[in-house]
Amino acid sequence: MTDLSHPHSSNTLRETDRLMTVCNSCRYCEGLCAVFPAMEMRRAFSDGDLNYLANLCHACGACYADCQFAPPHEFNVNVPQTLAIARAESYAHYAWPPGLSGLFARNGLVISLIAALSVAAFVFGFAAFTDPAVLYGVHTGPGAFYKLMPHNAMAVLFSAAFLYAIVALVMGVHAFWRNIGEPVGMTTGPRALLQALRDAGELRYLHGGGVGCYNEDERPTDRRKLYHHLTFYGFLLCFAATSVATLYHYLLAREAPYPWWDLPVVLGTLGGLGLVIGPIGLLVAKTARDPALVDKQRMGMDVAFIIMLWLTGATGLLLLVLRATAAMGPLLALHLGVVFALFLTMPYGKFVHGIYRYAALVRYARERQMMGG
Amino acid sequence: MVDLSRKYDVLVIGGGNAALCAAISARRAGASVLVLEGAPKFYRGGNTRHTRNMRCAHDAATEILTGPYTEDEFFEDLLRVTGGQTDEDLARFMIHESKEMLTWIVEQGVRWQPSLGGTLSLGRTNSFFLGGGRAMLNALYLTAEQLGIDILYDAEVTSLDIRDGMFLSATLKRDGKDIAIRASALVAAAGGFEANIDWLRESWGPAADNFLIRGTPYNRGSILKMLLGKGVQSIGDPTQCHAVAIDARAPKFDGGIITRHDSDVFGIDVNKHAQRFYDEGEDIWPKRYAIWGRLVAAQPDQIAYIIFDSSVVTSFMPTLFPPIAGNTVAELAQKLELDPAALAKTMAEFNAAVRPGTFDHTILDDCRTEGITPPKTHWARKIDAPPYLAYPVRPGITFTYLGTRVNRQARMVMADGKPAANMFAAGEIMAGNVLGQGYAAGMGMTIGSVFGRVAGREAAANARN
Ligand SMILES: Cc1cc2nc3c(=O)[nH]c(=O)nc-3n(C[C@H](O)[C@H](O)[C@H](O)COP(=O)(O)OP(=O)(O)OC[C@H]3O[C@@H](n4cnc5c(N)ncnc54)[C@H](O)[C@@H]3O)c2cc1C
Ligand code: SF4
Ligand code: SF4
Repeated sequence: MTDLSHPHSSNTLRETDRLMTVCNSCRYCEGLCAVFPAMEMRRAFSDGDLNYLANLCHACGACYADCQFAPPHEFNVNVPQTLAIARAESYAHYAWPPGLSGLFARNGLVISLIAALSVAAFVFGFAAFTDPAVLYGVHTGPGAFYKLMPHNAMAVLFSAAFLYAIVALVMGVHAFWRNIGEPVGMTTGPRALLQALRDAGELRYLHGGGVGCYNEDERPTDRRKLYHHLTFYGFLLCFAATSVATLYHYLLAREAPYPWWDLPVVLGTLGGLGLVIGPIGLLVAKTARDPALVDKQRMGMDVAFIIMLWLTGATGLLLLVLRATAAMGPLLALHLGVVFALFLTMPYGKFVHGIYRYAALVRYARERQMMGG
Repeated sequence: MVDLSRKYDVLVIGGGNAALCAAISARRAGASVLVLEGAPKFYRGGNTRHTRNMRCAHDAATEILTGPYTEDEFFEDLLRVTGGQTDEDLARFMIHESKEMLTWIVEQGVRWQPSLGGTLSLGRTNSFFLGGGRAMLNALYLTAEQLGIDILYDAEVTSLDIRDGMFLSATLKRDGKDIAIRASALVAAAGGFEANIDWLRESWGPAADNFLIRGTPYNRGSILKMLLGKGVQSIGDPTQCHAVAIDARAPKFDGGIITRHDSDVFGIDVNKHAQRFYDEGEDIWPKRYAIWGRLVAAQPDQIAYIIFDSSVVTSFMPTLFPPIAGNTVAELAQKLELDPAALAKTMAEFNAAVRPGTFDHTILDDCRTEGITPPKTHWARKIDAPPYLAYPVRPGITFTYLGTRVNRQARMVMADGKPAANMFAAGEIMAGNVLGQGYAAGMGMTIGSVFGRVAGREAAANARN
């Protein structure tokens, strides 16, 4: 057959191909987001192309509410849900090391286990390092935290977890980037990287073509974007707080805890608030969402990640408020345990969506430049 | 809860573009409004769900339109496509009003797509709905709800009580019960009768059984029939409609835009006797597109096959239904259930008649045949690179033109020429006033929006007096 369509490695990708072929002969949604214009640049789709499109989709839901062929129509066109499933499967497909890709499927459970174990390890670790009484003691002033765990030990442990996460993520994205096909001359440039940074930073395509995203019905709202911003920027602020504190420690020899007005605390408080409010909003929106739009099987993965982020923010804030009391020891153990688990599970959970989507946006920005648009 | 025992100012029957524009404009003019949509919620908005753009006059380029399209030019286009079969006064009125539509419809929540340059060569004349017709409808429904318009789905109107050109009440079938709905004025916006095969058969004969209906199965013309039966003047010819060639494997109803084929340029069209029947290279899109439905309808069993070969497969987009393929002409013929010898002969004669030229499907190029009837006057190239491919096509009916006569107020005109007391019509149900025959892309929506808005306004005024 001269049909140029590609064979595909999974049923999900076969269904995605069917939908993209339908959409490519319809094109009514081309103004809604980046997915459709990217689709229009192709006439047949490899596995990599489909994974690229799936990760370019921001799940705003507009193309479902707007599709005349959505179920119950017999053409059964459900782009958001199909791309959501393809997206989740792509994370597992590109996971590094490949042997751990199965973690995605059992993500909710794995995250809970790792989190519980990490917290337990920190509690026992503290107790073993010092004597149990120290854990429940009241410590104040510079260096108070390190009565429980020496700073260097903390730094080594977290750097190791963080580095592992980075390596695993880089390997995964590298595989993705190669697979989504990089024709000659398609190497990316600073302009595409910047454009994608802006598109990702603004969540430019989580907007249903301008009205906001669709959640429970065909009436659009913009709330998911707001909650996502709170969560994402909250996370960045917390990360910045930790980085500044590390610099203080090693460059200025100033030890935590810092007074409330100091940069790490201000950043951490603001970030923590974002991380407490944002995930709650996302979780509420997720529960209310029309089941037709979501990948029901991956709810566990999404929820686990949202809860981990919330716990990071909540324990951090609590630690700040109660750091001069006897609760400091257990809370520090809890907070560090949660953050440690978050780092460790990063490459095998919902966290990766940001990385893959950014890579897809870079690719899209580059394609647009090549097309002169 | 909607209180059906009250008397509304305006009752709107239908749930598409025309109905919603009428309902919103009546409500904005202060009327209480009830919309009765016969379809379930998902299928609300009939054919409007399937649309993509609207043709409006404008004096200058805008963010969404690449250049000016004056009222005169619009009217000339209309004259050309209808062969003069239009009510000039109403047509000019509609075209004039269409100008304001570009902003009015946006005020009702509808969004236009910024011009993407090359789209279908309609970028200057037609404005495209962002997200298509269903997005447009979602916006109109949202606005209607916010304005306090009552809307019922699964609400088919089964009879109308009309006396001497005066609407009194409508009967609604709901949960097996008949409910009488009273209103001071009626806007009929319930579409044409394209989904009523029996009615199509009355004028097309048994051929109608082989027609596919591109849009909603709910436009069965019941309201139109009731109105004509109660003394409203009809306009238009029952065989006139918009029809295109669509894939024969498409569902009977509602296959929408993605079942269309426009690949004739790249091959030949044969009927069930494997004979060519029309110059495939006569004209450029969209004129070519608009005539093929009727051409196929005139062939035996209303079926035809677009035949091409593997050398052109990449020239057009892959389709929902992939082409049927054969490694030899005989194999293809067998799969299509055509006489292999006849198909081989037709193709050999065609190939022999092809003259050399430079192919360019965007212009009327110089690739043509010589010495065969019918000729292919442009884009003729040999079909000789196996595998051979084919799309089976049938007439796909978009919408019918026979309708109720109206005046500039969108007020129905009775058989005796008098304006109806309190009845208005908009959309497909009165398209024949403007479209005697032929079609120019985007006019279906212009007719619905312009006359819908006028009908709503006038019905509200009528109800107040
Ligand atoms: C595939 C396709 C693509 C098209 N693309 C375009 C385009 O891009 N641009 C364009 O201008 N035109 C296009 N058209 C034509 C356009 O769809 C119609 O001209 C236009 O939508 C008509 O609007 P309307 O409101 O009159 O009818 P509809 O939108 O069809 O609405 C009629 C409504 O009446 C309801 N109804 C019927 N009978 C009853 C009853 N007894 N009781 C209660 N309710 C009833 C139906 O359920 C339906 O919702 C297209 C048509 C098709 C099929
Ligand atoms: S989602 Fe539906 S309306 Fe949108 S492009 Fe695809 S088929 Fe067309
Ligand atoms: S869900 Fe939104 S972002 Fe995803 S393909 Fe549809 S319109 Fe685009």
